[in-house]
Formats: sequence, structure tokens, C-alpha cells
Amino acid sequence: MAASTGDTYRPKGYWVPHVVIAVGILITAFPLWVAFVASTLTLGQISQAPMQLWPGDQFWVVWKDVLEVGGGGGGRIITAPVSTMMWNSFVMAMVIAVGKIVISLMSAYAIVFFRVPFRTFFFWMIFVTLMLPVEVRIIPTLQVVSDLGMLNSFAGLTVPLIASATATFMFRQFFMTIPDELVEAAKIDGAGPVRFFFDIVLPLSRTTIAALFVILFIYGWNQYLWPLLVTTNQNLDTVVIGLAKQIDTAGGVTEWNKVMATALLALLPPMLVVILMQRWFVKGLVETEK
Amino acid sequence: MAEVRLNGVRKVYAGGVEAVKGVSFTVPDKTFCVLVGPSGCGKSTLLRLVAGLETITSGDVLIGDDRVNDKDPSDRDIAMVFQNYALYPHMSVYENMAYGLKNRGTSKADIDKRVKEAAKILAIEGFLNRKPRQLSGGQRQRVAMGRAIVRQPKAFLFDEPLSNLDAKLRVQMRVEIRKLQRNLGVTSIYVTHDQLEAMTLGDMLVVMNGGVIEQIGSPLEVYADPASTFVATFIGSPPMNVFPVSVDGAGILSLADGTRVGATSDHKGDLLLGLRPENLTIDDLPGATFVATGRVALMEPLGAETLAYITLGTSGPEIIVRLQGHATQPPGTPVTVRAAASAIHRFDAKTGRKV
Repeated sequence: MAASTGDTYRPKGYWVPHVVIAVGILITAFPLWVAFVASTLTLGQISQAPMQLWPGDQFWVVWKDVLEVGGGGGGRIITAPVSTMMWNSFVMAMVIAVGKIVISLMSAYAIVFFRVPFRTFFFWMIFVTLMLPVEVRIIPTLQVVSDLGMLNSFAGLTVPLIASATATFMFRQFFMTIPDELVEAAKIDGAGPVRFFFDIVLPLSRTTIAALFVILFIYGWNQYLWPLLVTTNQNLDTVVIGLAKQIDTAGGVTEWNKVMATALLALLPPMLVVILMQRWFVKGLVETEK
Repeated sequence: MAEVRLNGVRKVYAGGVEAVKGVSFTVPDKTFCVLVGPSGCGKSTLLRLVAGLETITSGDVLIGDDRVNDKDPSDRDIAMVFQNYALYPHMSVYENMAYGLKNRGTSKADIDKRVKEAAKILAIEGFLNRKPRQLSGGQRQRVAMGRAIVRQPKAFLFDEPLSNLDAKLRVQMRVEIRKLQRNLGVTSIYVTHDQLEAMTLGDMLVVMNGGVIEQIGSPLEVYADPASTFVATFIGSPPMNVFPVSVDGAGILSLADGTRVGATSDHKGDLLLGLRPENLTIDDLPGATFVATGRVALMEPLGAETLAYITLGTSGPEIIVRLQGHATQPPGTPVTVRAAASAIHRFDAKTGRKV
């Protein structure tokens, strides 16, 4: 039979998928390589056409400058150092991801396991907000945040993004696969609602939480419009905002080597999250542990 | 250790469905009581009412001398074994068994002692550190029972615990449950739709149908003396033959086609006659009361015995006769079916109750 030990089964044309995969990788990786090469060149080298595709000798100069000083156009520094911006982005993404998970876990728990009056109504209210992305309600939300004096703060940056219909919905779907008998066994075993949540529901939700964390962390990290509106203080810039600022230099020369270095740095944390949590992520999306 | 008493227990669901229509019976201390009936007869609802997983609409449930109507399941001092085991998937076998005790604030040393004891009784000592998904169905079932045993409750409640097991394991676990209950001497209520399980396990049988009790008694009483046609056909396999007969002015019974069956009755109105297949014979039977002619429709040899399907009279009814050994009469062979007076059950045609 196929793929038995020692005797690998190779159908005719087995190399075709390999070639397809290789081409796919090249297409995906090439822009990243160009970005990396560009970040190791001087501005002069970049502007030559065609640009060289082999790294130059400016790696340390450019990356150190970006991390410690920040970027700008024509020599003016108009962003915070990228290290600061990375930290801002990290805090924002973490608070949003963790906040969303905590809130949605609790609301899904309430919707699924308790017979509260208007339960279905509440569920549909939450569900309907799925259809309203941040952009649709962004002006009223900004007004509220501004009235609460939360402009230019981490709170303003994160709190309005924490409520999540998607995560609530996903947890609800997962909770509904928990058999009734398990709930009843826990009741007979003397576990009240709080105990049941922490002893049974939370451990069973681990993989779902991990999968959601990956999605939500990246969602938070990639936020652009909201931070742009809420923060004017340079020290609260996220790395996505900083990147945009570096390009939009109002007539000055865009320092593409620094832009590329910043872009690559901005890629790292989401990439790490995905790589480190890959196993859990897949498990959480495909497996319903019973 | 306590008796469980039900007084006029009713359950009406929010939609208006009356699942249990006023049920009263007492399960004496240390008794194994089996609730049996077809699906939808209210037996599981009744068990859940005793467990406290459903609220009682009216009537009382007493465990020992405690009226437990308004008590939480965990305060009723009962333990339940579910059909799908309901083990906590993320906890080890040990943790599964210890969880209920932990929540009650039992000391660690005491928990350890009880869990190890229960594990020994159930022969699952080797699996204490495994997760439920690493166990076979039979082992999971043992763990579920272990979880009940460690609690040392006043009553065990079983909700079709063997239905998820394969046939062979079911027989084996059935014997074990019976032995275990005898050894521990804990009052038990066991719900099943399987009449064989009911017959073999119970000290006491409660046959239910449509939310009411049809009959209460020991398995053999219920078998030998069914109170209604429902019980007669539900308990026993193959089921009791039940067919209508009419009674003439002289009390002589005859089939719809006029064939006389020998038996008599002083009942006014039509009757249903009940005859167990094993009480019938096609051989000579001196002093037989029930005597009816018919023709063989089919013979089913089962090895040790043969089931003969026989059409009585000229046009029916068709009844089953259980014959010892082999019998090979071809279809159409005329036979005379006989039974002793003691084997004849008479039921009212309208109510289905015994007369």
C-alpha cells in the first residue's frame, strides 16, 4: 500500500505539487526579501534602478537608528523610536485580545448556561453587532471616548475595541457542544456556577481560547484607523501608525530603508504569536474535545 | 442508606406536556428498583425529578425522612450514573472521582482513601492517572460508577447506564452492577427501556407507560401476572400473545371467525386473551383449557428451541408458540394449540386491564 515503511509510494508526476509549492513560496517570500535587502542599503543605493537584490552593509546602522531614534522624512524625526511603538502595539494588542476573551467568555457563559429573561434577545443583540464593524460606529465611539476624557491614553486605545461579538459567538458555539449531562454531573457533584466555570468550562475552552487569542492579537496589532483618531501624542503611536507616518512625509524624502526595517519589525510579533501557538490554533479550530 | 418515597409526583413542562402524571411508590432501603418502559414514558423524567435536575410540579419526593423537593441536587445525598458517563474530559480518573468530595470539603486524606477503595472495588486502580478519553467504554462506565460510590450516598440513580456499551460488555456490566449494589447495600433506582435488564437487575420493577405506572412488583410477579396488556407485551421476549375474543351468553370464548378456543369467562363484553409463547404447546396436553385449531405459518429454529408462528382458526390472529428442540412442520400444517388454565390471562378489551 501507499507510503509503507521503506517503500515510498510515488505516483506519476509527484513532483508537480512540489513545483507548485516552491513557486508559491517564492512569490510569497520575494517581497519580504526585497524589504530586508532595502533595509540594509543606503537611500542612494535604493534609488538606483534596478535595485540590487543582495544585502548591503547598512543593516546595523539602519536598524539601530530605527529602533532607538525613530523615523521621519528628510532627516526630521517625526515618530517615536520603533522600540517604543512596538511596546505600544504590544500592550494594545494584548489588552484587546485578553479583554475580548474575558468579556466574551463571560457573556457566552451567561447566554448558554443560564435561563435569564430575554436570553435570546440579548444573544441576537450581540449577534447583530457582528454586522457593525468598528468603522461604522467610529465617530460616535470617538465622541464617547472623548467625553470620558480617554483620548491619548491606553484606555482610549483599547477599551472601545474590547467588546467582541465574534468571540462571544465562537464561545457560545463551543459551550453548546458541552453535553448537558456534564453540567448535571457537576451539579450533583456540588459545583455551583462559579466553580463550574473555573473547574470545567475554562479548562475545556483552552484550545478555543488559544485559537481566538491568535486571531484577536493580530486583529489588535493591525489596528490603524482607531489609534489614528484617538491618539495625537507621539509617544502613544503604534507601530502601524508609525509606519504610515514614515511614508507620508509631506514633501520630504521618504527614507525607504528605515520604512522597510520598521515594516519587518512590525511583522515579527504577530508572526511569533502564530508560530508559537500554531498547534493550539489548529486544535482550537478543528477539535471539539469531548 | 435510606428508602426513597414518591407521593403523587407530577411533572408538567413549560410547553404544557405532562411527562409524569401523578406517580407514587416507595423503594425500600437497600432495594434495587428498576423503572422500565418504552422511550417517552416518563421514566427518565421521574429519575431526574428524584435527582433534582428537574423541578417537581406537584407531589413530594422523600429520601430517608427528608422532603427534598426544594433541595439542590448536591444536597440530596444522591449519586447519579449517566448514559454517556458524563466524565470530566480534562480531569484524570482520580480527579473525576475526587471532584464531588473536594467540593464538599472532604479532607485530602479521606478523599484519597475513598477513591483508592472505590478503585479497588471496580478494578480500575491501574487507570487512576489516565484521562477518560484513554479508556474503553466499559472502563469509563466503571469510573462513572466509581464517582458515585466514593460519595457514599443514600441512593444511586442510574440513567440507562449500559446503553452505550456493546452487547457482550452490557451483559458483563449488568452482572457487576447487580453484585456491586448487593455488596454496598445502597438503595438504587435504575432506568432502562430494556426489559431483559429490568428482569435481571431489579428486586422491584416499576413498569411505566405514558407518564403513569402500569404495574409495580418483583420481576417474576410482573412476568407471571401482568396487570395490563401493556405490561404483558412489554415484559418477556418474545412477547405474550394478546388477541381479541368474544364472549357469548354461555360464557364461551371464540375468535373473530367463530372458532371456539375452549376457555370460558363470566366477563360481560369482549376480552383480550393473553398467552405466553412458552406456555403453549402443539402437542397433547391432558386437561388443557385453551384448545384452538390453526395452521403453521412459519417455523423459526433458534437451536435450543423453535418459534412457531401459528395462524389460529381460519383467518388469524397469528400467535407465537415456543417449542422445545426442533420442529419442522411445513407451513400450512394443521395443528392444535393448547394451554393449561393457569397460563391464560384475561384482559378487558376496552381498558386493557386484567379481569
